[in-house]
Amino acid sequence: MTYLDHAATTPMLPEAYDAMSALLGQVGNASSLHAAGRRARRHVEEARERIASALGARPSEVVFTGGGTEADNLAIKGLFWARRAADPRRRRVLVSRVEHHAVLDAAEWLGAHEGADVRWLDVDAVGRITPDVLRDALAEAPDAVALASVMWANNEVGTVQPVAELAAVAAEHGVPLHTDAVQAVGQLPVDFAASGLAALTVTGHKCGGPLGVGALLVGRSVTVAPLLHGGGQERDVRSGTLDTPAVAGFAAAVDAAAREQPQRAQRLTALRGALVDAIRAAVPDAVLNGDPARALDRRLPGNAHLSFPGCEGDALLMLLDARGIECSTGSACSAGVARPSHVLLAMGADEHRARGSLRFSLGHSSTDADVAAVAEAIGPVVERARRAGVRRP
Amino acid sequence: MRVLAAMSGGVDSAVAAARVADAGHDVVGVHLALAAAPGAHSSVAARGCCTSEDARDARRAADVLGIPFYVWDLAAEFAARVVDDFVAEYASGRTPNPCLRCNETIKFAAVLDRALALGFDALATGHYARVDGGRLRRAVDTAKDQSYVLGVLTPDQLAHALFPVGGSTKAEVRDEAARRGLAVAAKPDSHDVCFVPFGNTAGWLRERLGSAPGPVLDAETGAELGRHDGAFAFTVGQRRGLRLDRPAADGRPRYVLGVAPAERTVTVGTRERLAVTTVEGERPRWSGPVPDRPTECLAQLRAHGEALPAVARVEQGRLRVTLRTPAYGVAPGQAVVLYDGDTVLGSATVTATG
Repeated sequence: MTYLDHAATTPMLPEAYDAMSALLGQVGNASSLHAAGRRARRHVEEARERIASALGARPSEVVFTGGGTEADNLAIKGLFWARRAADPRRRRVLVSRVEHHAVLDAAEWLGAHEGADVRWLDVDAVGRITPDVLRDALAEAPDAVALASVMWANNEVGTVQPVAELAAVAAEHGVPLHTDAVQAVGQLPVDFAASGLAALTVTGHKCGGPLGVGALLVGRSVTVAPLLHGGGQERDVRSGTLDTPAVAGFAAAVDAAAREQPQRAQRLTALRGALVDAIRAAVPDAVLNGDPARALDRRLPGNAHLSFPGCEGDALLMLLDARGIECSTGSACSAGVARPSHVLLAMGADEHRARGSLRFSLGHSSTDADVAAVAEAIGPVVERARRAGVRRP
Repeated sequence: MRVLAAMSGGVDSAVAAARVADAGHDVVGVHLALAAAPGAHSSVAARGCCTSEDARDARRAADVLGIPFYVWDLAAEFAARVVDDFVAEYASGRTPNPCLRCNETIKFAAVLDRALALGFDALATGHYARVDGGRLRRAVDTAKDQSYVLGVLTPDQLAHALFPVGGSTKAEVRDEAARRGLAVAAKPDSHDVCFVPFGNTAGWLRERLGSAPGPVLDAETGAELGRHDGAFAFTVGQRRGLRLDRPAADGRPRYVLGVAPAERTVTVGTRERLAVTTVEGERPRWSGPVPDRPTECLAQLRAHGEALPAVARVEQGRLRVTLRTPAYGVAPGQAVVLYDGDTVLGSATVTATG
C-alpha cells in the first residue's frame, strides 16, 4: 500500500499512541475534585504545557476542542460575536478564497444568519494572499472589520501564506487575525507568539496524534464567545469534559512533530522533489500547481499537487486506488461527488484544470518506495484516464 | 473480468453487484449522481447537495460487499439528455419515458463508454431482464420485468451488459439481500420519475413550462367541456383529472384522445375512440438482426403494458406496426418494443397511431 494522503490524516506517531493508550483504562474527569480527577487534570495540564511550549504559546492560550473544524468555527464565530458585542459596527469578516470549508462555510453561515458582511480576499496565481490585499481590504473600513482569517498553509496546493506579515498588517488596525495551521504543524516552524496572530487552529490527526481532538490557541488579550455552553471548562470558552487520553496523545504528537520538524521538512522536501520529477518524467505535460519554490516559507514540503490535462481527477484516483496508491482529488460533496477545487478556481485555473488534478501528500511514514510506486503507475494510469477523456455534456 | 456495478442505493443493484463479485469478477461499485447540484460552481464556498441518502445506501452496500466504491457525477449529462428531453417532449404533446432515455443515453452510453475506456469489460445493473446469447429477454419475474425500458439497447451495448438479478424474483432478491446483511433488503421500491418530487409530474412541468390554459374539447361535437392549465400535463389515454364542467350526454367516461400544446387544446372522447390498430415509430433500434420483411411479433406499447400480437415492418427508416387486436391509449413519445416470445427484437419511439 502506498499511502500518499497525509494531508487528509497521517498515521499516529508511536509517542502519541503510547501516551494515549496508557490512559485509556484510567478513570477520572479532569473537572472532578478528588484524586482521580486531580490525576486526570494533571495529564491535561501537562498536555496543555507541552503544546504551548511546542508552538510558542502560553499554556493559558491553549483551548482544547474536538478537532480542527470545531477550532475554526470557534475562531470565526467566536471572534465575530465577541468583536461585534464590543462594537456593533464590526460586522465585516475578511476571509481568503482558499480557506478550508471549516472556515469558508463558518463565514458564509455568519453572512446568512448573523448579518456578517463577508469579504473574500483574492489570491495570486500560486494561491497566496499578499499583505497589500489584506491592507486594502482593511483600509476600506477599518472600524467595520470584526476579524480576518488566512490559513498558514493551504491543504490542497500547499502554498504557505505570509502569516506574520499579514498579522502585522491586521494589527495596524487592531483587527484580530486567525489562521488555520492544521497543515503547518510538523511540516513548518510554527511559533504563535512570534507570529503576532490572535488565534491559531491546530488538530491532532494531521500531525501524528489521534482523531477527534484539536485546539484553538487564543491570545491572552483576545476574547472569543463560546459555541458550546455547559460546565465552563477551557476558560468558559469550550464547555465539555475533556478527553484526557486524546489530549495526552495530541500533546505527545505536537511535541514530537515540532521537535522533528526541521529534519522531517528536509527529508520530505527531497522526497517531494523526487516525486514531482518522476511524475513529470512519465507525464511531461503534467502541471505542478501552487508555488514551485522549495523553500519552507513558500510551500509545504510534503505537498505535490498536479493537474493532468485531458484527465478527470476522479478517474485518476480510481485507477491509482486499484493499484494500491492512495491520494486525493480535493473536495467532494456529502454524496461523494468530486467537485472542481475552489482553491484552483480562485488561483485562476479553468474548470478542466481544476477537475483534472491530484494531490499527493507525504508525511512522516513516506519513503522512496512510495515515490517509486507512483513513478511506475502514473504513466499508464494517465494514459488510461485520457481514453475516458473529460466530461462535456 | 473487470466489471463496473452501477449501484443506485436500492436492493436490486446491491444484489447484482454481490452476485458479480461472487462469480469471481473484479468488481468496482459506482453510484451515479444524477441530481443537479445548484450553484456548485458559483461561489467560493458553494457545494452541491446530492442524493446523499441513496449514495450513502449504495456506499454502505459496497462496504459490506468489500468492493471499491466511487460516485460518478453525471448530473450535467442527465440534465441535458434526459431531463431537458423530458420537458421538451411534454411541451410537444408527447409522453416520454425517461427511464428508457436514461438507459439509452446515460447508463449504457455515457457510463458504459467511460467504463470501457477506463479498462472495464462490462457494466452490471440491477435491472430485471436477461441477456441470452447476446439477445435481450424478459426477466423471470414477469411482474418486475424491465426489458421494455432496455429495449433501446443495441447488440453492442448488450454485449457489455450484465443483469445479474434477471433470473430471480424480487422476493428472492430481497431474501438474498437480507442473508448477505445488506441494509437495503427492506428498502421500498422506487416509483415514479426519479427527478420529479412526490410523483407530481403535472406540477413539476408547470413550474418549467408555465401555465398555458386552454379548452378541453369533445372529439364528437367540438364543444368545450372544460378548461385546463396546460395541455402538456395530459397524456393520451388519461381518464382522471380532466375536470370536465359538463358530464357527457351519454354518461360514459371520457378519455384524453389528443394533446396539442401549440393549439393549447386537449381533446377527449369515449374509450372506443382510443383504439388504435397501427402504430408508427421513428428511430428504430434493433437488438438483433434488422428485419428485412414483415415480421410476426408481439408489440408492447407502455411499461408493464400488455404485449399484443402484431406485424412489424420497416418502411424508409421508420417502423410500422399493425396490431392484430386494438390497443387503447397509445401515447406518442412512448416506445413500442417488439418481442418474439420473450426475446426483444427492437424498439422505436411512437410518432403516430391510427
